[in-house]
Amino acid sequence: MIRLEHITKQFNNTVVLRDVSLDIPEGETLAVIGRSGSGKSVLIKHAVGLLTPDEGRVVVDGANIHEVSYKELRRIRRKFGVLFQGGALFDSMSAFENVAFPLRTFTGKPDGNIRSRVEACLEMVQLPDIGKKMPSELSGGMQKRVALARAIALEPKYIIYDEPTSGLDPATSNHIDELILSLNERLRVTSIVITHDMHSVLAIADRVAFIHKARIAWSGTVDDIHRSDHKSLLDFVRANEYVIGEQTSASEVSLHP
Amino acid sequence: MTYSLTWFLRPFTILGKYSLLIFHAFVSPDDFRTYRKNTFNQMMRIGVESIPIVALAAAFSGAVTTVQVSYQLVSVFLPATVIGSVVAPSMILELGPVVTGFILAGRVGARIAAELGTMRVTEQIDALEAMGLNSISYLIAPRILAGIIMFPMLYVAACAIGIGGGITVANLGGYLTTQEFVQGAQDFFRPFDPYFGLSKAFVFGFIITSVSCYMGYFTAGGAEGVGKSTTQAAVMSCVFILIADLVLAVTLL
Repeated sequence: MIRLEHITKQFNNTVVLRDVSLDIPEGETLAVIGRSGSGKSVLIKHAVGLLTPDEGRVVVDGANIHEVSYKELRRIRRKFGVLFQGGALFDSMSAFENVAFPLRTFTGKPDGNIRSRVEACLEMVQLPDIGKKMPSELSGGMQKRVALARAIALEPKYIIYDEPTSGLDPATSNHIDELILSLNERLRVTSIVITHDMHSVLAIADRVAFIHKARIAWSGTVDDIHRSDHKSLLDFVRANEYVIGEQTSASEVSLHP
Repeated sequence: MTYSLTWFLRPFTILGKYSLLIFHAFVSPDDFRTYRKNTFNQMMRIGVESIPIVALAAAFSGAVTTVQVSYQLVSVFLPATVIGSVVAPSMILELGPVVTGFILAGRVGARIAAELGTMRVTEQIDALEAMGLNSISYLIAPRILAGIIMFPMLYVAACAIGIGGGITVANLGGYLTTQEFVQGAQDFFRPFDPYFGLSKAFVFGFIITSVSCYMGYFTAGGAEGVGKSTTQAAVMSCVFILIADLVLAVTLL
């Protein structure tokens, strides 16, 4: 279980997160939504200890990750797979080597096993034949899918997705959503998904947290959004292209495509 | 007041961050096999791929020094062998390590800072950390190790090629023969000189790689930040080479 308790973070006198608390129980998929620059990515970087909060703490499986030794922190981080917003593929390695990197570094498995696992991961993201290509030869969407293959290579307990479907065509976005759902169902993976894509939220999230003005302004299930009268949340949802129907007032917002 | 205090403390803050970076680079490495492979790759990039430019710079340094010594010193009072007596120690004591250092500050320092800076702004370093890897050990230790191993080798090559350049020009220009050049070099040869030159190369190798790693690793601000780090890495490496050159000369000679 991941627990963020009263996280406050500021950069150069700008408060990005203020007293933010979130619990992500095992097996749950939490979607974190909010406008650009609202602190979503900062929030998830706290979850893996890439940022240290000014106040508050992050507890993963009972351990405060900012109090444990660096060695222990690295052990905890190996439970995570992180898909970064831009993919963050290592540009000196081919797609195959990128996916194989965590396997080679942490498992000590023979090359044959690593090759099969890498091929299976690339197959899962529908890119079976691009292993030899360098990241610079791939489109943005393909880079993101290779990065997703790398994130799931070690079959992590927790997966953090930072904008997993941005820059992808609708068909591939749907496939990524299905992949996230399938990982959740097959492996009982706990997921945090940062997204603007309400279609994804509706498809994969068990729970939604809306960040507004540096705070968790609203949280609840997808169905709860229907009943919410939170103006900023509804403005955000209404602005999404998947919301259809006549929307003359916040209470009339439909969430189904 | 606060701004002045921050400005005053800034060098100490940088020194502290730099020291911690170097410390963390060599503690708690994850997998020696990975580091061995990385170190070998960096030795190829930093050392072997730098041979042509170092050889070119050294050959011309030796050649120009030969011509200038001939112009300035050779007269009815001093024999032509003085050219060998000046050129060889100059290459071993100063030109070899410093010219190599300056060339590599530009070539290797800028490359390291640009590589690490790009990795920082594209979240590749965050990705390494998020995987549970010690990114500092993984990225920085191999580069510094490669620097302190390969720079002394490049220094030896630079000295040999520089003296060779001097001899070639001496012969082609009719200043003196190879035998006279070697005789002059032997007359004033001190066995300590190559050790001093090697010490400088070792220290310069550490300075260039560690300063550039620091600049690259802590890059911020996108493409502009990478450009800034790259420039600073080359400039600061040269500045610290000059300072270290003086300190080593005062303390060891």
